[in-house]
Amino acid sequence: MSSSATDPDAGLPAQTSKAGAALWLSVLRIAGALAIPVVAFFAMWATFDFLRSEDANRVIVVVVAVVVGVFGVFFLYWGMNKAVDLLPFRYREGVRPWIFVGPCLVILSVFLVYPVINTILISLKDAFGQEFVGLDNYRFVFSDDSMLRSIRNTLGWIVIVPLFATVIGLVYATLADKLRRGEAVAKSLIFLPLAISFVGASVTWKLIYSFRPAGFGSNIGLLNGVMQGLGQDPVAWIQLRPWNNLFLMVIMIWMQVGFAMVVLSAAIKSVPDEIVEAARIDGASEWQVFRRILIPSILPTIVVVVTYMVINAMKVFDIVFVFGNAEADETEVIAERMLRWFFISANQGRGAAIAVVLFVAIIPVMIWNIRRFREEESIR
Amino acid sequence: MSVAELEERSDAAATAPSRAVGVGERRRASWFVRITVLVIVVLWIIPTLGVLITSFRPEDLTNSTGWWTALAHPFRVGEWTFENYRTALSQEGFGNSFLNSLAVAIPSTVIPITIAAFAAYAFSWMEFRGRYVLFVVVVGLLVVPLQMSLIPILRLYTQGATLGPFRVFPDLDLNGTFLGMWLAHAGFGLPLATYLLANYIRSLPSSIIESARIDGADHFTIFWRLIVPLSVPALAAFAIFQFLWVWNDLLVAYVLLGGTVETRVLTISLANLVGSRGESWHLLTAAAFITMVVPLIVFFALQKYFVRGLTAGSVKG
Repeated sequence: MSSSATDPDAGLPAQTSKAGAALWLSVLRIAGALAIPVVAFFAMWATFDFLRSEDANRVIVVVVAVVVGVFGVFFLYWGMNKAVDLLPFRYREGVRPWIFVGPCLVILSVFLVYPVINTILISLKDAFGQEFVGLDNYRFVFSDDSMLRSIRNTLGWIVIVPLFATVIGLVYATLADKLRRGEAVAKSLIFLPLAISFVGASVTWKLIYSFRPAGFGSNIGLLNGVMQGLGQDPVAWIQLRPWNNLFLMVIMIWMQVGFAMVVLSAAIKSVPDEIVEAARIDGASEWQVFRRILIPSILPTIVVVVTYMVINAMKVFDIVFVFGNAEADETEVIAERMLRWFFISANQGRGAAIAVVLFVAIIPVMIWNIRRFREEESIR
Repeated sequence: MSVAELEERSDAAATAPSRAVGVGERRRASWFVRITVLVIVVLWIIPTLGVLITSFRPEDLTNSTGWWTALAHPFRVGEWTFENYRTALSQEGFGNSFLNSLAVAIPSTVIPITIAAFAAYAFSWMEFRGRYVLFVVVVGLLVVPLQMSLIPILRLYTQGATLGPFRVFPDLDLNGTFLGMWLAHAGFGLPLATYLLANYIRSLPSSIIESARIDGADHFTIFWRLIVPLSVPALAAFAIFQFLWVWNDLLVAYVLLGGTVETRVLTISLANLVGSRGESWHLLTAAAFITMVVPLIVFFALQKYFVRGLTAGSVKG
């Protein structure tokens, strides 16, 4: 705000060496940024060391955590802000922003920036993350049968899930928009699956796909119930290669349609009524209004929705993991392979290499995101 | 982009165009529309309905007949029972897991909020060198997949980190603890929290902040007295998104918290139950519904903020 903040050296007495002041300022800024997260971390660690006795009362644990995590952290900021007030005037406004923004940057560095670099390094090392093995892990990723299948399947996920979820969401949003009553209820019922976990959704659909061979009791899964009602033999849906991949994708489509519907619905409502009305007066059919006016008007929103769904589909893991037997059923996906190799097979190098593949695939979206943000900034 | 706003707008949008269309045409479109909407709604409810009904049926019935047969005679004696929930909550340990999920999710939601709010204020209303570049970095970090973080963080938790001869991160044995989960989720949630709050705080009118400055308020006072109360909608949207995200998370809990009976959360317990008792549908459905109860309550009670939070947060790694 004030001009002294942008140029902290302004107004220094001439005899003070400029370099010395700049050094002091940097030291103060780094100390200020580190102080809160480090103190907060050790305060919480000391408080919660007793948690290792696993029967500690969880209500007390939560209450103490919230008190320390919110009020404790807030008073640390308050205290650091007071400490800045004690500094010589010429340093104050140069250090203060770093008290505010520093803790966030420190935590981001520890939990996201450092891990990205570290994972790339580990991907070049052996199973224990000790010796460098060159590109061996990447060679494995692009030659192992199961890995190649996981890449193929993930490509399927990132095409089919966004496609169907967006189309159904768009159609549903357009239709629900025309309802005179019950629009809100109709929308919330579609939106509801988005609230539950992937694990819960997987169990829900496992029941639908449930299978018992003919002669081993009646089928309690809805799909095979329908098959039997039609006089057909029950089908082992989840072992039915390669269609079982599609059946798993249906679960994610079921969950994500609500998201597409809500976002697109808001976009549809922001299309000016005059345009739609004018087209109708000119004799356009409902289909033409949809195809030639609605779709082009909300195209930017559609692009955003599809992009976000592509990211989500790329990282899908829980569904395949919960259904189990991914290798036997040939339903592997990249994110699920990563956990298999890193955690269950304890091979850090391979796990890291798979994670890096995932990361590289997402980098274009990251760049696109940043570019979009900068465009919005330039409009501001 | 809340449901309430949508409803308001839809009233105006629904009545205006119909005047321009012939009466007969409107009625025909409206029947087609109603039936299609109804079909999709029914298709979308069936899976959840199946879980709900199965979870209240006795074990022998769930094993011998499909859940839809219960609809034929819903009032028959012995058709319904609470036994499955009793077994799941006590014997299968879902009661304990429920408490663990709360113990993980609540602090994981509130801890990043304070830190992100201060940072968002600084990004919006304080001048410092590198402000723009650092914010672009935050935007970039939004989509970093969690998979990139898991291996290094597990290593930090189990063996610390050294830089040459110096220990830069102490070996604290944090894996398998709630504290480790809170910190990890706080770290993973921060980019979204900072981005969401900064966007909101920046859009507040500068006149009120400037007039507060003229009255002699410093940054801390402006933040605490002015910005925080005005940002409640954005704070609520993030809180709901983060709470549900942590509650529904399997990946982070699986790697950093693990599956011991004492500490495991609901998603882990449910995934384990699928593995160990994959055909005990009376238990699986009751357990699945136990994991869904809290998200559904949040959904129905806070729908307005819920929609806003989810649409804003759908980018998260």
